[in-house]
Amino acid sequence: MVEEEGFRRYIAHAILWIGIAIVAFPVYISVIASTQDNALIANGQMSLLPGGHFLETYYQTIFVGTSGSTREPVGNMMLNSLVMALAIAIGKIAISIISAYAIVYFRFPFRMPIFWIIFITLMLPVEVRIYPTYKIVADLHMLDSYAGLALPLIASATATLLFRQFFMTVPDELLEASRIDGAGPLRFFWDTLLPLSRTNMAALFVILFILGWNQYLWPLLITTRDDMQTIQVGIRKMITTTDALTEWPIVMATAVLAMLPPVFVVVVMQKLFVRGLVETEK
Amino acid sequence: MANVTLRNVRKTYQGGFEAIKGVNVDVADGQFCVLVGPSGCGKSTLLRMVAGLETVTGGEIDIGGRVVNQIEPADRDIAMVFQNYALYPHMSVYNNMAYGLRNRGMAEAEVKTRVDEAARVLELGAMLERKPRQLSGGQRQRVAMGRAIVRQPKVFLFDEPLSNLDAKLRIAMRVEIRKLQRRLKTTSIYVTHDQLEAMTLADILVVMNGGQVEQVGNPLAIYEKPATTFVASFIGAPPMNLMSIGSDEIKSQLGGSATDAGILGIRPEDFVITDQTPAGGVALPLTVEAIERVGAETFIYGSRAQDAQRIAANPGELPPGEVIVRVPGTEAPAIGAKIRVAAVRTKLHLFSGDGRTRIEA
Amino acid sequence: MQKQAIFQSKLLPYALVAPQLAIVLIFFYWPALQAVIQSFLLQDAFGLSTTFVWFENYIELFKDPAYFAAIVRTFLFSLAIAGSSLSLALLLAVMADKPLRGVMLYRTLLIWPYAVAPPVVGVLWIFMLHPSLGVLSRYLRAMGIDWNPLLDGDQAAALIILAAAWKQISYNFLFFLAGLQAIPKSVFEAAAIDGARPMRRFWTVTFPLLSPTIFFLLVVNIVYAFFDTFGIIDTMTRGGPGTSTVTLVYKVYSDGLLGGNLGSSAAQSVILMVLVIVLTGIQFRFVERKVTY
Repeated sequence: MVEEEGFRRYIAHAILWIGIAIVAFPVYISVIASTQDNALIANGQMSLLPGGHFLETYYQTIFVGTSGSTREPVGNMMLNSLVMALAIAIGKIAISIISAYAIVYFRFPFRMPIFWIIFITLMLPVEVRIYPTYKIVADLHMLDSYAGLALPLIASATATLLFRQFFMTVPDELLEASRIDGAGPLRFFWDTLLPLSRTNMAALFVILFILGWNQYLWPLLITTRDDMQTIQVGIRKMITTTDALTEWPIVMATAVLAMLPPVFVVVVMQKLFVRGLVETEK
Repeated sequence: MANVTLRNVRKTYQGGFEAIKGVNVDVADGQFCVLVGPSGCGKSTLLRMVAGLETVTGGEIDIGGRVVNQIEPADRDIAMVFQNYALYPHMSVYNNMAYGLRNRGMAEAEVKTRVDEAARVLELGAMLERKPRQLSGGQRQRVAMGRAIVRQPKVFLFDEPLSNLDAKLRIAMRVEIRKLQRRLKTTSIYVTHDQLEAMTLADILVVMNGGQVEQVGNPLAIYEKPATTFVASFIGAPPMNLMSIGSDEIKSQLGGSATDAGILGIRPEDFVITDQTPAGGVALPLTVEAIERVGAETFIYGSRAQDAQRIAANPGELPPGEVIVRVPGTEAPAIGAKIRVAAVRTKLHLFSGDGRTRIEA
Repeated sequence: MQKQAIFQSKLLPYALVAPQLAIVLIFFYWPALQAVIQSFLLQDAFGLSTTFVWFENYIELFKDPAYFAAIVRTFLFSLAIAGSSLSLALLLAVMADKPLRGVMLYRTLLIWPYAVAPPVVGVLWIFMLHPSLGVLSRYLRAMGIDWNPLLDGDQAAALIILAAAWKQISYNFLFFLAGLQAIPKSVFEAAAIDGARPMRRFWTVTFPLLSPTIFFLLVVNIVYAFFDTFGIIDTMTRGGPGTSTVTLVYKVYSDGLLGGNLGSSAAQSVILMVLVIVLTGIQFRFVERKVTY
């Protein structure tokens, strides 16, 4: 690396801090707004410093909800989002790792056609087949259910490809040593391959959890009951078309609560997150 | 304890490639057999067939009087040490060694006795709780050995187990493997491409080339009487000098005693620098091209003026017309000097013109 | 593609692929097929009868100026979002790649917006730039701009682009930084010794070596602008005012939901599928090039 003298270094630091300010400002505003009085905000008088309504706003948001528009406690919405995100992340990892195992470690008729059937799903997000999918979920009586929320979003190949790629790097001799040590296919998978995949599974889990938590269009369509709403859908319903009725401090508190889990995951598990992100995009 | 017998063993891959073209080897109980040959000669494939990791497409593999062609690797009563060790990276040293025993349903107390005994023999006692990545190359190698010996199998199989170690460690481990095998008296088959390893370890040496056995026997016997020019140039370093016997001075020196022979071989250490020609021996005039002094001995690279004809030798082959002479000490002629080297009759090796047959004069 | 060392089993591999295969067939192939079939059907106003109409739904679509406008708008949005977000992220990544103190801290502080969901992004920005109560709107009005994105279509579009680009900065930054760190430092040192000044070094060494990353991110950002902006648009403008922020995905949604015109909505879905497949194809070509460049 080429060392640079002081002046240029200061410019670099300055640019980075400006970037951080741009990135952080909207979030700062939301945190501030969630501690202030609604009347003040509605008048366009919002202060840029914290107000005194922190506890009261968050208490109402989590346990009661807005008094006008949705009236659903955000705590419940968060629970729905959590269940959906976990179901998507765990479900996808579970079905993907076993199918990747079959495709890499066995030779069987229709192996390649099956691989391609799974592989092609990589290309199309749920948005492009949204109504037919809706119809099938409705026909299966899965509207307003966690299964209906999660299953269509599990139907994709990213995780399968990632595991396939990883399995290809596992030395063949490990399988051979296991065979000599008397381990069959299931035992090799459980005793050796699964423990070796731990980091990959964790990285994938971080990404899938964030993607699951942040789903919007699909839950918007298939949840009709308020008590099945996820937090992303709930926040949209809190913004009423007549501005006067929007309870902004609660909306902003909900925004903060909606950001908290995934941002926490990114910051705390940064290494796994970066790894997962880079590997799922390959 | 068991003997291992290969009867006309063949391996043909889908697509027709013939990796093993009918091999017959008999390893007696407790013997240390080394398969040696250049890469691609089929030695690893043969070993993996004995292990059960590759299927046998022809012939029989017999371990301890039982034909094992159709038997799973786990049930053949063998243990294998891999080139890259294939230790389970997520298991401790102890569990790496215990895994195969537990899979067979052995009681935990017996597992512990065996692992502890192996750890004692291999001096791994202090490392039982470590993971493989926390070990040095030599320690990993010992764990791989430990995993093999705790099983107390009928046969040990080694697939180039030392090739990932540095030169010094390789020699130390070589000696240890040999000592261990002598003590346990377990029949062993060992694959290597290193002829020095092969010479020092083997009770019985199998030289392979192109999917076939070139020669089987005691290592020194093979060294002294190589059956083909391939064996002659593969076993021994630097390799044997091979010269075609044309209508030149060599033919006249050999006289009528070697009319069938087409190729003459002389090991570098069998030459002496002398003006005399020993009776029945061969003397060659050389121009010195290069000198290598390695301390205890000196290698002289010389060229023969007349003979530029290429001999179909194999690995370690010299450029046509070049001869290596190995002399003790550090005394050597100057580069460019004209010298004369000679070898006595008993040190000459004669082969047929295609190099496939040894001719006893 | 496959291992040399494998297990032999007749039934086990099928049992292992069965769950994923079932889910993919039921929730992916079946609906995708339905979309294709539906796009060739016309439903009467009461949903009582359907007739097979060949490509009529598609022809209707391309004759519809609103659909054409949505196509143009979607591409303009994509380019604006990708362009602004990529350039800012590249600037930040180049700065963060310098041997500075606290680079890890900078990275942490810059990557977390990746985790913010699109509808939340929409809520944050509409709140800051709300015509009557937005904190930033005050300053815009003080600068003499008649700021009202709820009534002015161009301002609404600008707001969407701004919010969408903001969210994408962190993702682009992360990949640019990874791309920069993958370039051997000795290349920069050689360029410095060859007498290239920092700016020149950037344009003659960094930028060309980074071009595979740039290309990759361009495709990803365009796909992002196609699909993930839905949540932002739906919370900020709901496609309005008028149709000035209706993108292709938003139109699939609103035509199917509000209009109940399933044939047209399905035809739009199919067109979107084709677009995504083309974009993915371009990206795969890039992946091949990444190996050889």
